[in-house]
Amino acid sequence: MTTIILAIVIGAAFGAVLDRIGATDPNWIGKMLSLTNLHLMKAIMLAIGVGSVLMFSGQMLGFVDVGHMSVKTAYAGVFIGGLLLGAGWAAAGYCPGTGLGAAASGRKDAWFFIAGGLLGAAAYMLSYPFWKGTGLLSGEKLTLGAVPGANYDSLTTLPGDVLGLVMGLVIMAIAFALPDRLRGQGAHLAPAE
Amino acid sequence: MTLNWKTGGLLLGLVFFAAVLLVKPIGVSTQFVIFDAILGDIATPDLITQTEDGYTSSNAYLAKSGGKYAKNAANPLNYSFVFVLAMMVGAFGSARLRGGVRADERKLPAIWYANYGDTPIKRYAVTFLGGFIVLYGARLAGGCTSGHMMSGMMQTAVSGYIFAAGAFAAAIPVSIMMYKKEA
Repeated sequence: MTTIILAIVIGAAFGAVLDRIGATDPNWIGKMLSLTNLHLMKAIMLAIGVGSVLMFSGQMLGFVDVGHMSVKTAYAGVFIGGLLLGAGWAAAGYCPGTGLGAAASGRKDAWFFIAGGLLGAAAYMLSYPFWKGTGLLSGEKLTLGAVPGANYDSLTTLPGDVLGLVMGLVIMAIAFALPDRLRGQGAHLAPAE
Repeated sequence: MTLNWKTGGLLLGLVFFAAVLLVKPIGVSTQFVIFDAILGDIATPDLITQTEDGYTSSNAYLAKSGGKYAKNAANPLNYSFVFVLAMMVGAFGSARLRGGVRADERKLPAIWYANYGDTPIKRYAVTFLGGFIVLYGARLAGGCTSGHMMSGMMQTAVSGYIFAAGAFAAAIPVSIMMYKKEA
């Protein structure tokens, strides 16, 4: 029961914040992906950095359970799937989470996105044996450094918690360093929203 | 209406942290599969079957990893599925509190209008196809923008970086080609 309450609270907070940063708005996604306004990119990178710094420092201080980490397998299909997702994300202006949020906020086109998404997921379910057969789905659960207490293999032998903290700070720094826009009119003076 | 990136990013980061502190990292796209499986099991009741120690499916994808997808579809009142439903409620509430999405935006986003005019059918066809490719790709990759990019990079997962590289490598040129005019 507790987990369901947590699902409701954390899920609702996630949906609300996605709405408030403009992630459920295809206009903001379009501006980000065409590099004409990086507001959303900066917000997302800052969030990843903040999450990383808090999680790894919490692990080092001992109040965040390392067992709560869930690292996904790295395999060639991740890149191919990423390419497909990226193309659809740019065309529609929605990704799975923001499409659901956008539909809930009243955007009609997002309901078509969800319908297409359900069909796409079903198509994958049917074609899974093919992909499995290609060998493109095999790989390892890898982190950048060796996270103490976690059973993941690592790319380097560096201490994973310290590296995670540093990467978090680096990603936050990139969020601050990114210009407001990289392309389009007024590239030099575009005021922030 | 939109929060500035510093406040918004900080709040989003706190949500990521709360998720991993209390339960597990955020992810969404798997729940499209779970919903498909729930519908599929209604249409064909033997899609998901109970075994001695859990669930399995006649579909190889639902049966993989010890039938965990089959199990979640058989018990939709689980953390990940409720999380996604709550996310929709949260987005709905937040949009309502800021006055809602304007009627013209609800029909067509401004960026579409600026580039393709008042062509809702074309827009809906593009979002439908886009949704198909996005979820097919997300399942092939084993996660989406939330699970791979946000949660993955947060945990220094190599898969998160590989995914982000692929997603942006395709998304940036497609967006630049399709949406030449700014809204």
